[in-house]
Amino acid sequence: MDDTASISSTSSAEEVARFTAMAESWWNPDGKFKPLHKFNPVRLAYMRRVLCRHFNRDATPIAPFTGLSLLDIGCGGGLLSEPLARMGFAVTGIDAGERNVSIAQTHAQQSGIAIDYRAGGPETLSGETFDVVISMEVIEHVPAPESFIAQAAQRLKPGGVFIGATMNRTAKAYALAVVGAEYVLGWLPKGTHDWKKFVKPSEFAGYLRHANIETSEIVGASYNLVAGDWVETQNLDVNYMILGVKAV
Amino acid sequence: MERVDVLVIGAGPVGALTAALMAQAGVRVMVIEAGEPQILSAPASDGRAIALALSAKRSLDVGGFWTHLSPFAEAILDIQVTDGNAPVLLHYDHRHVGDNPFGWIVENEEIKSAALKRLKELGIAVKSSTIVESWEFTASAAKATLSNGERIEAGLVVAADGRPSPTRQAAGIKIKGWDYGQSAIVCAIGHEKPHNNVAYEHFLPSGPFAILPMTATQTGYRSGIVWTEKRHLGTAIMAQEDAYFLGELSEKVGDFLGQITLAGPRFAYPLTFQMAERTIDSRLALVGDAAHGMHPIAGQGLNLGIRDAAALAQVVVEGARLGQDVGGTAVLERYQRWRRFDTGMMMGVTDGLNHLFSNRNPLLTAARDIGLLAVAHCPPAKRLFSRHAMGVVGDLPRPLQGLPL
Repeated sequence: MDDTASISSTSSAEEVARFTAMAESWWNPDGKFKPLHKFNPVRLAYMRRVLCRHFNRDATPIAPFTGLSLLDIGCGGGLLSEPLARMGFAVTGIDAGERNVSIAQTHAQQSGIAIDYRAGGPETLSGETFDVVISMEVIEHVPAPESFIAQAAQRLKPGGVFIGATMNRTAKAYALAVVGAEYVLGWLPKGTHDWKKFVKPSEFAGYLRHANIETSEIVGASYNLVAGDWVETQNLDVNYMILGVKAV
Repeated sequence: MERVDVLVIGAGPVGALTAALMAQAGVRVMVIEAGEPQILSAPASDGRAIALALSAKRSLDVGGFWTHLSPFAEAILDIQVTDGNAPVLLHYDHRHVGDNPFGWIVENEEIKSAALKRLKELGIAVKSSTIVESWEFTASAAKATLSNGERIEAGLVVAADGRPSPTRQAAGIKIKGWDYGQSAIVCAIGHEKPHNNVAYEHFLPSGPFAILPMTATQTGYRSGIVWTEKRHLGTAIMAQEDAYFLGELSEKVGDFLGQITLAGPRFAYPLTFQMAERTIDSRLALVGDAAHGMHPIAGQGLNLGIRDAAALAQVVVEGARLGQDVGGTAVLERYQRWRRFDTGMMMGVTDGLNHLFSNRNPLLTAARDIGLLAVAHCPPAKRLFSRHAMGVVGDLPRPLQGLPL
């Protein structure tokens, strides 16, 4: 996800074919991004619920968020950008990896979904603001989390919603997310996560507070081995999602 | 190329219900139907009286079909089961399981007609006299080239095109099945005395014989007949003049309805069992008879199809609300998992019932009578049987509970 291989601006047929193949790998629910595919429904259900509540939208229609803008920081192949665009958001997806952006663009085009994908970090969008900014499973990969959050917060309109997700720096998270997921189950490539960069909920809320975003709730997500599905939980020991609103 | 979320192949009751339930929730749907528009606007009688279980009726209500259908639906308040010419073995009274009727009897053409009225009301595009000439399934869409030259791109294709299902065949999904060597002769009869909303099922060695209460017309009381016979006998009976046929039928019915008459043409259908090896494929889901065809012994065929429609519509709508790809594996596997147990059990039970009852083996006869008597004298077992037949057991899709998606 930190791939920075550059591509030429002219896209040849060969390149399109290459990105189509890579998009198929990103988007294959049984492929190498299977853990993200499994994780997505619980994250999307959570986002839909809290965003309907915040923006006072009826949750029955398929696309309740028409007329609202959303920035997906660290969009990768677009696994969250596309569903959120289907829910009605005007989505801008950014990623540091140019290759990821090309993959995401290729897939959205084939799916007939309009998304504004760009390569770069939040600092490259100066002047633009959004109703919602999300950054899921990104903060644990950036070198300076506090300034990353400050940059992300600047992209948020006053009264807008920030949603982040990451892993807690606990012994249990180390056991499950690093040893379990990377070494025992082989869900993730070894070295995907550096436990030392995991963020405690209190730290995350602190970064947000300094960026003028008041945390309104934090919920956990845990994997139910029996059902083979992720569920929301009160327990924040491993994976959690944090919701905040920017001061008006 | 026009793009829709879901392309439904077949505008019969199951395809139409799938389309209606999805469209009501905001899914963009298109329906392709091989039949001609004039046949669709006034479907001809096929002699079939359909038993709709309570849960199926609830789904049809949620899908907006029931308002068009209720004038043609007769409630079943009692069911009497007999084995051969023995006295009544099992008597199901709907009051033992609650306030609702066991089910309703409706003529098949009325269900077809209600389905088409509902599609029109919802403004769902139905392309009639149209078939799909070729398919292309890619990672992001299913692309259909139609017989009128149009090309349609869809996230999901629903095969609701009946037992032969050209869509299932195009996807290379095999079926398993066998022939029962029986035919079902079906027709409507008129009679002097009221049926009192009782459905009768007689288990005879040649196969089950059912008398089903239908709505009365200006000409009087009516019931639907399902007369199962060995294939060659069925053919011979069908070849007879009406007067002879009526004589044979009167003997089977008995005299409790008074004088009987034929109230419509008679038809004979060969009885077969078939089941698709899988109900999903890449961007494809099978529903109704395209997925499974069974013996009519327990009147479950359309009910099972309606349960498919309700389950598929629910997983698609819930997936769409999470922004998921409606033809993606996550959505389709949920459908297949949800339906597998119910379909397998109902197929097994109806097949088993037919084997159990359609023979003269004295041991089996004794065993089934003991079994039926045991059920008759054990109210909890009887209640469970009734509730199964009513389709109100298990983890039910919302429409089957009468709830919108």
